[in-house]
Amino acid sequence: MTNNLKTYTILTLLVVGLVFLGIGCTGNENSEGPSEGAPAAESQSIFLKGSDTVLPLAQAEAEEFMIENTDKSVTVTGGGSGVGLTALIDGEVDIATASREIKTEEIEAAKANGIDPVETTIAYDGISVVINPENPVTELTFDQLRGIYNGSISNWEDVGGEDRQIVVISRDSSSGTYEYFKEEVLQGDEYRPDALTQPATGGIVGEVSQNPNAIGYIGVAYLDGSVKALSLDAGNGSEAPSSENILNGAYPLSRALYFYTNGEPSGLTKEFVDYVLSETGQSLVTEVGYFPIEQ
Amino acid sequence: MFNRNYKEKTIESVLFSVSALTVVILLLICLFLFRDSLLLFKETSLLDFLTGKFWYPTSVNRQFGLLPLFFGSLIVTAGAILFAVPLGIASAIYISEIAHPKVADALKPFIEILAGIPSVVFGFFGLVILVPAVQNTFNLPTGQTALTGSIMLGIMALPTIITISEDAISSVPSTIKQGSLALGATRWQTIYKVIVPAALSGISAAVMLGMGRAIGETMTLMMVTGNTAVIPSFPGGILDPVRTMTATIALEMGEVPQGSAHFHALFAVGTVLFTITFLINLIADLIKNRYRFKVD
Repeated sequence: MTNNLKTYTILTLLVVGLVFLGIGCTGNENSEGPSEGAPAAESQSIFLKGSDTVLPLAQAEAEEFMIENTDKSVTVTGGGSGVGLTALIDGEVDIATASREIKTEEIEAAKANGIDPVETTIAYDGISVVINPENPVTELTFDQLRGIYNGSISNWEDVGGEDRQIVVISRDSSSGTYEYFKEEVLQGDEYRPDALTQPATGGIVGEVSQNPNAIGYIGVAYLDGSVKALSLDAGNGSEAPSSENILNGAYPLSRALYFYTNGEPSGLTKEFVDYVLSETGQSLVTEVGYFPIEQ
Repeated sequence: MFNRNYKEKTIESVLFSVSALTVVILLLICLFLFRDSLLLFKETSLLDFLTGKFWYPTSVNRQFGLLPLFFGSLIVTAGAILFAVPLGIASAIYISEIAHPKVADALKPFIEILAGIPSVVFGFFGLVILVPAVQNTFNLPTGQTALTGSIMLGIMALPTIITISEDAISSVPSTIKQGSLALGATRWQTIYKVIVPAALSGISAAVMLGMGRAIGETMTLMMVTGNTAVIPSFPGGILDPVRTMTATIALEMGEVPQGSAHFHALFAVGTVLFTITFLINLIADLIKNRYRFKVD
């Protein structure tokens, strides 16, 4: 009994300690928040938040940058383009990363908060439409793809495949890829309501790689041997999502990736943005699986 | 003497303020939840929200219909209960009445470990093992279905149901048990005619609490149910993908612009969820109190 009591006391103390530690940590972040606006130039640490598509790239850039500048710190988190831009509007981060352009309502919200979002293109990305390797289909026209995603085509037979029901997979609405795909492919239509919604790209790859009925869309950087990327035809012939086709714009689903900053970048933020745009930074872009911007 | 009293009073008031803090936090959560969800009804009527059949939060003609999400949660929870209750009660009876005390002592820690597994681990297990298994067994277009979610939730609700049912069964007075055996009833007759009925209120409370646990679960369901916001048919819908209220909030909270109708709609979904779990816990409490009275 006494022993039990002791264990409980120790456990309780531990929990209480952890809670206070937690409070302490958030407290620190908060106290850094407001000071961020004015002396941004002297600040030796910056925060990036936003697109999960940009995340692997931003992380690689931050790591390399910190190896070269050991006294400076760059922290990167994901969550989705919308999350990053909201954080920028609230003044919580120095750079919001995004895989889509900022929306007008977001610009308005930013202006209302005294934030002036400035856009920098850092790389290009391609979206590949993927299916299970067992599925014999190799290419789709844009109209077919739109039909599959808006609900008017539901069987693989209608697009040159076997007689199987199509299982359509989409990302959740916090993904920049979701918005981009909706805009480019659905062109004003809604996603079919019975589409599966996956909270992460990994979920899409997982389901497509084990389900011969499935179709999904992912960033080209996430392509691996477990899924098959389709060639797409937007009216100018069928194009595979190869780096060449994405860079020269022949592949229809390619897009830019952005950094958004409050005003023109300055201080460490400028240093980091310049690093990403430099030759070293852009060679990292290729390494991660995206496509460098043309200088 | 005065010093000692003073010390006592200090300790007392510290403890009081800590417990009061819990109540204050709960009230604040309620306040913000209700305030933000009420703002939705500036744009959508309450009736449209509660009886709407479509959840299209980001389209041009946005619609915030609760029904697909509500029925999604309902079908998954009902399936989980159907799965977990027989298993849970059977385990509880075995542990408290049939098993050798040494076996029971060996089993209990495993049930507690089951309760301690993080839900994302359950989700991962479900995604990798159960989803393909369900797809192949029923020959479905996809294995991400309500059934998959139900099975995972059932496993997760088991520890709650077993522990509380076992408590209820063990607290049936041994005099009743011995009386039954003395009258010539077999052990099995004693269990299902005497012990289980005497512990029924406690077992019902266990089921309600298991249900509360199931309806609030998020991560596991988001990973294995496919998150399709359509009203499931009955009973065939158990083999279709569904989206629960919890998964909707978790999926969409990331993007939603603060202060928009969509933002408030997610809060309204949260309020509905809160109300449901509150009612379930209240019912469980009422049943539990009745049961205490009966046994005394």
